[in-house]
Amino acid sequence: MVAPRVFRPAARLLSSRLSTPLRPAFTQTACAPSILRARGYASEAISGVKEVTVRDALNEALAEELEANQKTFILGEEVAQYNGAYKVTRGLLDRFGEKRVIDTPITEAGFCGIAVGAALAGLHPICEFMTFNFAMQAIDQIINSAAKTHYMSGGIQPCNVTFRGPNGFAAGVAAQHSQDYSAWYGSIPGLKVVSPWSSEDAKGLLKAAIRDPNPVVVLENELMYGQAFPMSEAAQKNDFVIPIGKAKIERPGSDLTIVSVSRCVGQSLAAASELKQKFGVDAEVINLRSIKPLDVETIIASLKKTGRLMVVESGYPMYGVASEIMALSMEYGFDYLTAPAARVTGAEVPTPYAQGLEDMAFPQNDTIVKQAAKILRL
Amino acid sequence: MLFRTVARQAAPLRRQAFAPITRRSVTTDAASAHAENIPKEDDKPFTVRLSDESFETYELDPPPYTLETTKKELKQMYHDMVSIRRMEMAADRLYKEKKIRGFCHLSTGQEAVAVGIEHAINRMDKIITAYRCHGFALMRGGTVKSIIGELLGRREGIAYGKGGSMHMFAENFYGGNGIVGAQVPVGAGLAFAQQYNEQPNTSIILYGDGASNQGQVFEAFNMAKLWNLPALFGCENNKYGMGTSAARSSALTEYYKRGQYIPGIKVNGMDVLATKAAVQYGKNYAISGNGPLVFEYVTYRYGGHSMSDPGTTYRSREEIQRMRSTNDPIAGLKQKMLEWGVTSEEELKGIDKEARAYVDAEVSEAEQMVAPENSSRNLFEDIYVRGSEPKWMRGRTVDETFYY
Repeated sequence: MVAPRVFRPAARLLSSRLSTPLRPAFTQTACAPSILRARGYASEAISGVKEVTVRDALNEALAEELEANQKTFILGEEVAQYNGAYKVTRGLLDRFGEKRVIDTPITEAGFCGIAVGAALAGLHPICEFMTFNFAMQAIDQIINSAAKTHYMSGGIQPCNVTFRGPNGFAAGVAAQHSQDYSAWYGSIPGLKVVSPWSSEDAKGLLKAAIRDPNPVVVLENELMYGQAFPMSEAAQKNDFVIPIGKAKIERPGSDLTIVSVSRCVGQSLAAASELKQKFGVDAEVINLRSIKPLDVETIIASLKKTGRLMVVESGYPMYGVASEIMALSMEYGFDYLTAPAARVTGAEVPTPYAQGLEDMAFPQNDTIVKQAAKILRL
Repeated sequence: MLFRTVARQAAPLRRQAFAPITRRSVTTDAASAHAENIPKEDDKPFTVRLSDESFETYELDPPPYTLETTKKELKQMYHDMVSIRRMEMAADRLYKEKKIRGFCHLSTGQEAVAVGIEHAINRMDKIITAYRCHGFALMRGGTVKSIIGELLGRREGIAYGKGGSMHMFAENFYGGNGIVGAQVPVGAGLAFAQQYNEQPNTSIILYGDGASNQGQVFEAFNMAKLWNLPALFGCENNKYGMGTSAARSSALTEYYKRGQYIPGIKVNGMDVLATKAAVQYGKNYAISGNGPLVFEYVTYRYGGHSMSDPGTTYRSREEIQRMRSTNDPIAGLKQKMLEWGVTSEEELKGIDKEARAYVDAEVSEAEQMVAPENSSRNLFEDIYVRGSEPKWMRGRTVDETFYY
């Protein structure tokens, strides 16, 4: 078994490589204060930590990156005058003007292709999809034009483009507007894929994505946009970036490793509290943050500690993110497992409209608790 | 669709979309032009009068039927076309010798398009095309050696042996794209960047008559017009999309009218001078802030769609023979140059010989290149920009995982 090999050069490379800025540090002086910064919070004066919604964190990230780099612009449906279908781009048109905040017609393949072309020509476009469901119209451009060109050109033609928008299931919008594309994009070499959960994740990962010289897909979650999270003082600064490819242990624990991503991180944390309350067990919850590259070391290190692995995500079960992590646990962590690894995923069904049925199609807190209890034989 | 309710009222079209135009047919006769009083000096400009069948336009005043050129330029154009043809013939041979793998699409017969365009623009203008790209790669500054090296999968190839026949890149040349039609919005993005950066340049965006029916071509037209991008869309109409003739694939085979609200020019793509004149005119039109144009380069491919296609099941041998003998772009230019007294038979033979010797030498150098080492480093390099790679990429097994 060659399992431990994964630990070999990784830690060293991580510190040396991912912390290096990928392009010259931008000037942070003379920025007009972001629309968020102008707003006051009661807690701000006390601790420096403030409550920020995921939506506002994304908005702040966009505003800071547009401010910092003239090559950056955002285009997409309703991003400018309408202020964003989900208001993520609110205020950006007023602040940066129509040259850099661009409403497109409803032509995903077309405007995605234009974003890719502009990136090939040296600009740093941010291409917003109203939802990733619509990006399927443009997935050829994302995969064949954006992700593969650098390799196909022998490394002479980079493509610094960011694709972003809400992903995953939403509430009561039925099958065509409710699915998770993590596995789709996560399987493509040449792409990087991140999926934030909290406001800090959202800001740090989106900024990292925009700065990364490769095509990056940022899979946000519509249901999280309105949720507020505390944001540290460091995260409020305009140099806050989260390295792509590094997971975060949201809750340390010793009995079970729960690997999760995006909205399911919150559910997993709730489930972990319940497990502690009901059974006195300590689950470790890992927030993946990055789908590709995947932080295998953090997962395996945790698995080594707890001996048990459960993956919680809301994509389809077949050939998905959970499947991949479980396969990796076989390859790198088999000797440490004391129970079969398990997964909680979306059900293998097109998303139904009726609420009760929809609830059955996606992981709920009690689904997670039940599955965890089963692994732990509680 | 969610949130997509109110479409804003479209701006009224400036012109009537299908105004009747004078019907003339663009000739593909490569030798129909005229010039007098040719100066002695090689680089002294003189005026060529183009055949009045060189263009047809749609919602657009035709380009001038005259072209300023020099003896030197004409000879260079001739040299370029001969070089492309010689290179394509070398590719043909190497493919048949099984040294070139996969798909290989040759542009024999279509040389005047690549050469005419290049002579109309400068190095800061951008070009993107589909998979029939060898000639464009050469014109954009690729060497014969690097192009043939690429076809052979060598590291000295223009894309380090990673792209092959369909994916060649150079400065301001954006491929070499394999997904039919996908390069058209990408090309509009290149024009977008030129506008964004306020550059006085244009993007030449090429696609075939087959690709012209792809939906995203029209998406790109729409945004290019809406945003007034300096984009010169160009359908290289070689009459067949693989084996399907234009008439069997397209409800409207007048591809230069396909832009509907975008003016168009149909040009004799077998005449390198007409092509240059049209593109030069188009470039000035686009960079003067008039927005995009849709070109149709009427051309013909002598070979099959790709190397596996004999090219004879969907068209007659007579048709191919007729085009070769009466419309050949190289023979056409040659005839004109002789007629006008630009050069002598002897000098042309010299150019021919020189071009062939140059290509042959480069090809044989390419053939001497050794196959790349089958190392993990060679396999996994350049998936991501250097310095920004993940820590590793997985091989076929865990053991083959490659660490950057």
